[in-house]
Amino acid sequence: MLLFCNDDTWEKVSPDELKAMYGEIGAWWEKHSKAGTIFGGAQLQPARTATTVRHENGGTLVTDGPFIEAKETVGGFALVEVADLDGALQLAKTWPAKGSVEVRPLVPDNMSGM
Amino acid sequence: VTPEGRTPAAAAAVARVFREEAGRLVGALYGATRDFDLAEECVQEALISALETWPASGLPERPGAWLATTARRKAIDRLRREHRLREKLTLLEHEPVRPSYEPEDRLRLIFTCCHPALGREAQVALTLRAVGGLTTPEIARAFLVSEPTMAQRIVRAKRKIVEAGIPYRVPEGPELTERLGEVLAALYLLFNEGYLSSAGPEPTRRDIAADAEWLAGLLLRLLPSEPEVMGLLALIRLHMARAAARFDGSGRLVLLPDQDRSLWDRRQIEDAGRLIRRAGAYGRPGPYQLQAAIAALHAEAPSWEATDWQEIVALYTFLHGLQPSPVVRLNRAIALRHLEGPAAALAEVDGLAAELDGYHLLHATRAELLRALGRLPEARAEDAAALRLTQNPAERELLRERLLGQ
Repeated sequence: MLLFCNDDTWEKVSPDELKAMYGEIGAWWEKHSKAGTIFGGAQLQPARTATTVRHENGGTLVTDGPFIEAKETVGGFALVEVADLDGALQLAKTWPAKGSVEVRPLVPDNMSGM
Repeated sequence: VTPEGRTPAAAAAVARVFREEAGRLVGALYGATRDFDLAEECVQEALISALETWPASGLPERPGAWLATTARRKAIDRLRREHRLREKLTLLEHEPVRPSYEPEDRLRLIFTCCHPALGREAQVALTLRAVGGLTTPEIARAFLVSEPTMAQRIVRAKRKIVEAGIPYRVPEGPELTERLGEVLAALYLLFNEGYLSSAGPEPTRRDIAADAEWLAGLLLRLLPSEPEVMGLLALIRLHMARAAARFDGSGRLVLLPDQDRSLWDRRQIEDAGRLIRRAGAYGRPGPYQLQAAIAALHAEAPSWEATDWQEIVALYTFLHGLQPSPVVRLNRAIALRHLEGPAAALAEVDGLAAELDGYHLLHATRAELLRALGRLPEARAEDAAALRLTQNPAERELLRERLLGQ
């Protein structure tokens, strides 16, 4: 699950609201980790910290900023184990922070070539 | 005789068989192989085989069994060719696939095809193919897109079902209501697509409005106590009951106020009325029940003038409360004209102008109201605006005539 958020809103909220939000997210994360549904993930620093390396024309180009400039950017991700898409969607609907959640299946180990 | 070389009656008989068998067969093959794409593809291939052989050999004695055997053979061939899934192959080779008469099978299939993770167009196309037994060329013709475009749309949808892990299951509890809304929206879109584009007899195009009615009827058999399913089916039937009056002898569109009401199918209207009352008894009103109730008031009125406008305005107000939309407000304004006059209705419609500027019926409605108020040059400009915004040939002709008549 890719967790998208609007960095601006996160930076604009009051410290109390921020604390409450982190509390909710922490509780959500812990609950689903304990249940074995979430088996990995992380929160990312805001998009302003991003640097992008593009492989182009046989060389590389390093630029400031995220790969895609958008109002909502990836703020974190969670690796989840569920029975099917509906299981993932149900979980995504309970994600306590605002923003959007993109759900994608993982490539199985035997197909990823890694 | 259709391009396939069949008489329309024979084609209709085949279509009936396909409708009854396709969904059951996909369900049965899915049960045996747990492979949605394989099951759906092999059933489709069996339908195509039937279209190739039945015109010459005639309908087999047990067409369902014929299709089941053919689909199973296709599945075995495919699994052999691809050297995969040996245990599934063994299963198929030793166990005959019988069309399931378990209602759950087709219901699961409908919910899978109409999963919100698929786009609406893909939902509709896949439902027609997997549940309704239509072939890809038929669906492509009905939606006026090329066969490769439609084939690709279907392939993409099936790939998403498999790769994203869309479950083959009937949702339960509060999720059922939400997901049922998705199914009903797909069926209603399908109906509208078929109903609005049916400009006179076109033998090469399948009547997908009738397919939508069949699918809604099937859904009601599978979910017999869902009032919104009853509402949708009643709504579809009420529209169809008026079909004979929608075009005049020379194929021109006739709008509701001018329709010859003696051409309406009274029995169909009474049936729909019973369905609406049955739905009402559950005490769970919803958008389809309300739209059906409005359509029923129109259908039961002796004339346009003698319609129960008070009740219609009240129902539109209720509908807007449940599902706020500028189109509902526009329809409410049209009804309001008959209670409060054209000036009051125009004031309502003017309030929607910004939101519905690209909608031809907003302009056609403004034109009507302006005409009623004697503001003819403005009415003309609005009719011209409506004409620019619609592609539907029957509507275009009607608007052109209005412009010429002014």
